[in-house]
Amino acid sequence: MTTTPLPTQSQAEQRPDTLGRFGRFGGKYVPETLMPALSQLEAAYQQYRNDPEFIAELQQLLRDYVGRATPLYFAERLTAHYARPDGTGAQIYLKREDLNHTGAHKINNALAQVLLAKRMGKQRIIAETGAGQHGVATATVCARFGLKCVIYMGVQDMERQSLNVFRMRLMGAEVSPVSTGTGTLKDATSEAIRDWVTNVENTHYILGSVAGPHPYPMIVRDFHAVIGIETRAQCLEKWGGLPDILLACVGGGSNAMGLFHEFVNEPSVRLIGVEAAGEGVNTEKHAATLTQGRVGVLHGAMSYLLQNDDGQVLEAHSISAGLDYPGVGPEHSYLKDQQRAEYYSVTDEEALAAFKRTAQLEGIIPALETAHAIAYLDTLCPQLEGSPRIVINCSGRGDKDVQTVAKHLQD
Amino acid sequence: MNSISDCFKSLRSRGTCALIPFITAGDPDLETTAKALRVLDGAGADMIELGVPYSDPLADGPVIQAAASRALQKGTRLEQVLEIVREVSPTLRSPIILFMYYNPILNRGIETFLQQIADAGVAGLVVPDLPLEEAEGLLKPAQKIGIEVVLLVAPTSSLERIEAIARASQGFIYLVSVTGVTGMRSQMEARVPELLKQIRSYTDKPIGVGFGISAPEQARQVRESGADAVIVGSAIVKRLADETPQAGLQAIGEFCQSLKAAISD
Repeated sequence: MTTTPLPTQSQAEQRPDTLGRFGRFGGKYVPETLMPALSQLEAAYQQYRNDPEFIAELQQLLRDYVGRATPLYFAERLTAHYARPDGTGAQIYLKREDLNHTGAHKINNALAQVLLAKRMGKQRIIAETGAGQHGVATATVCARFGLKCVIYMGVQDMERQSLNVFRMRLMGAEVSPVSTGTGTLKDATSEAIRDWVTNVENTHYILGSVAGPHPYPMIVRDFHAVIGIETRAQCLEKWGGLPDILLACVGGGSNAMGLFHEFVNEPSVRLIGVEAAGEGVNTEKHAATLTQGRVGVLHGAMSYLLQNDDGQVLEAHSISAGLDYPGVGPEHSYLKDQQRAEYYSVTDEEALAAFKRTAQLEGIIPALETAHAIAYLDTLCPQLEGSPRIVINCSGRGDKDVQTVAKHLQD
Repeated sequence: MNSISDCFKSLRSRGTCALIPFITAGDPDLETTAKALRVLDGAGADMIELGVPYSDPLADGPVIQAAASRALQKGTRLEQVLEIVREVSPTLRSPIILFMYYNPILNRGIETFLQQIADAGVAGLVVPDLPLEEAEGLLKPAQKIGIEVVLLVAPTSSLERIEAIARASQGFIYLVSVTGVTGMRSQMEARVPELLKQIRSYTDKPIGVGFGISAPEQARQVRESGADAVIVGSAIVKRLADETPQAGLQAIGEFCQSLKAAISD
C-alpha cells in the first residue's frame, strides 16, 4: 500500500493557528533562550513538509526501515469475546503500530524529526522518555544517521523499563538518569528542556509527544498522521467505508492524535481517548489529566493539567510508564472542549486484565499503554448498538512490560 | 514602597550599579527567608529577587531546583511567601521582585494574583517561562495595578526580538548572560558586552544581567561592560543552604557585601 506520509494542509480549518494555538490551548511558554530555536524548527518544517526530496526520503525509510504500512488487523476472537448472544456486536480491528521497527508508533516521529534535524545542521539529539519507547526510537534513528544522542529518563522509569534502557545504550545512546521531582516522564521532560536551553545552538530536541511548545504539537501530530491516513485507506479497502469508532490511549497523546487527525473532520467517526486512572480517579494515584485536571501550563503549552490548588504540578500515577504524565497535548484539550473527542479513563487493574486477555485471545502482547485503550472495550461495547467497526490503535508491543506485569501478578 | 524604576532612577543619579541578590522563599524555612531579606537589604542589596518555589522550574539549574524542592517539601505556599513580604517589605530599602513560573499565576487568575502581590508590597515580577509573545495578558493588568513586569533577553535573541522585548519590558531589562539555565559558572559568556551594547542601542531602560554570575570578579566585569544591575542567585542560595540557618545568614551577608564592594568604585 502506498500513501503519502504527511497530511495535506488543505483542510478548511487550520489547527493550530499562526500563534500555535488550538483554541485557547497550546502556545509557547518557554524561556526566551528557546524562542529562536522554536521559530527555526517551525520554518524548517514548513520548508521541508512540501519538499519532494524530504518526502521521498521519509517515505522510503518508513517503508524499508520502519516496515510501514502497518496492517489493519481484524481481531476475531476479541470481537467474539464482546459479541452479543445473537452474534452481533462491535467489530474490533487493531491498527498494528506494534509491528513497526522498535515496537511502537514512536519511530514515525523520531525518524521524521531526525531528517529535519539533519537538514537544520544539528549534530546532537536529545529526547525525553517515559516507557522508553520514544527513547528507543530516538536512539535507533540516531544510530542510523550517526548522530550523538542523549536520552533523559526518570530513575523510576529506568527501573521499570530496564530492557529499554539496555536497548538504548546498545545503540550508542547515553541514557541520563533524572532523579529530581518524581523521577518520571514529567521530570525527564523538564531535564531535556534544560539541556536544550543550554545546548540549543548545536542540539535538536526530538520531543516525543504532541505536547510541549508550538510547533511540537503540530509537527509530532503530522509525523504520526500516517497512522490515520493508512487506516482510512485500509478501511476503504476492507469494507468500502469509514470506521465508526477510533479508540486510543492518551498519555501525552501522540498515538491518539496520529490516528484521530485524519478523521477529525469526519463527524460520523467517534473519537475516544483513554487515559490512565491508575489506582482510581478518586484516589491521588492516577494520570487522568483530561477528566480530572484543570487548565494550566506545563512544558511550554497551555492544556489540561493535574495540579494542586497552589498551581504546583502533581505527581501522576499509572502502572504504565508511558501514560504516567500529569499533562496532555493541547490539541486533545481542544478536541475535548469542542466535544469532538471523548475522553475516559481505565485503572491499572482493568489495563492488566486487557493485557492478559489480548495475549490469550489474540496472541498479541500489547504495551501496557495500549492495554488501556483495549480495556475500555469492557465499558464501551455494552453501550453500542448493532455492529459498529472499532479501530483501536495498537500503539506498541508489550515485551518491555512483562517484568512489570509479572511483578504485579506476584504481589 | 519604591518602584523598580524609581529605584534605578535614584541609583543612576548617583552613578551606581545595582546589586540584586536572589533567594528561594521557604529554603531552609520561611523564618530564615524573612531574616535573609533583612540581611541582604543591610549588606548592599539594592533590590531583592525572591523566588517562589515551583514544582517544575524549567529555567533553573541544580542549585535553585534543589532549593525549590526543599521549600515545597516543607509545604511552602504562595500565601505564606506573600505574608513574609507583607511583614518584611515595609522595613526594607530594597524593592522586592518576585521570580516565579507562570502556572501558579495562571492558576490564581492573573488579576487576582497581581492584586494580591501588590497588596503584599511586591514591586515587580519576573516570569522566566513567559516570553514576549505570551506576556501581553500579564503586562497590561500589571501596569494598571502598579506591578512592573521585567522581561528577559537571551544571548540567542534576534535583534528584532531584543528591540521588541526592550520596548515592552517594565522596570528594567533582564539580560540572561548565558545560553542555559540558572547556576554558577566560572566564566562570563564573552557575548555579554556585545549584547549589552545591542540592547542599549534600542533603549534607555536599565539593564540587569543575571544567570551564572557567582563571584565578585564576575560581577565587576558585568558592571564594567555597562550593566545597570548585577543579579546573583545560585551562589547565594547555595551559601544559605550549605550551613545552619544562622551560619548561612552570616555567609550571605558577607558575600553580598563583597559583591557590592566589587561593583562600587
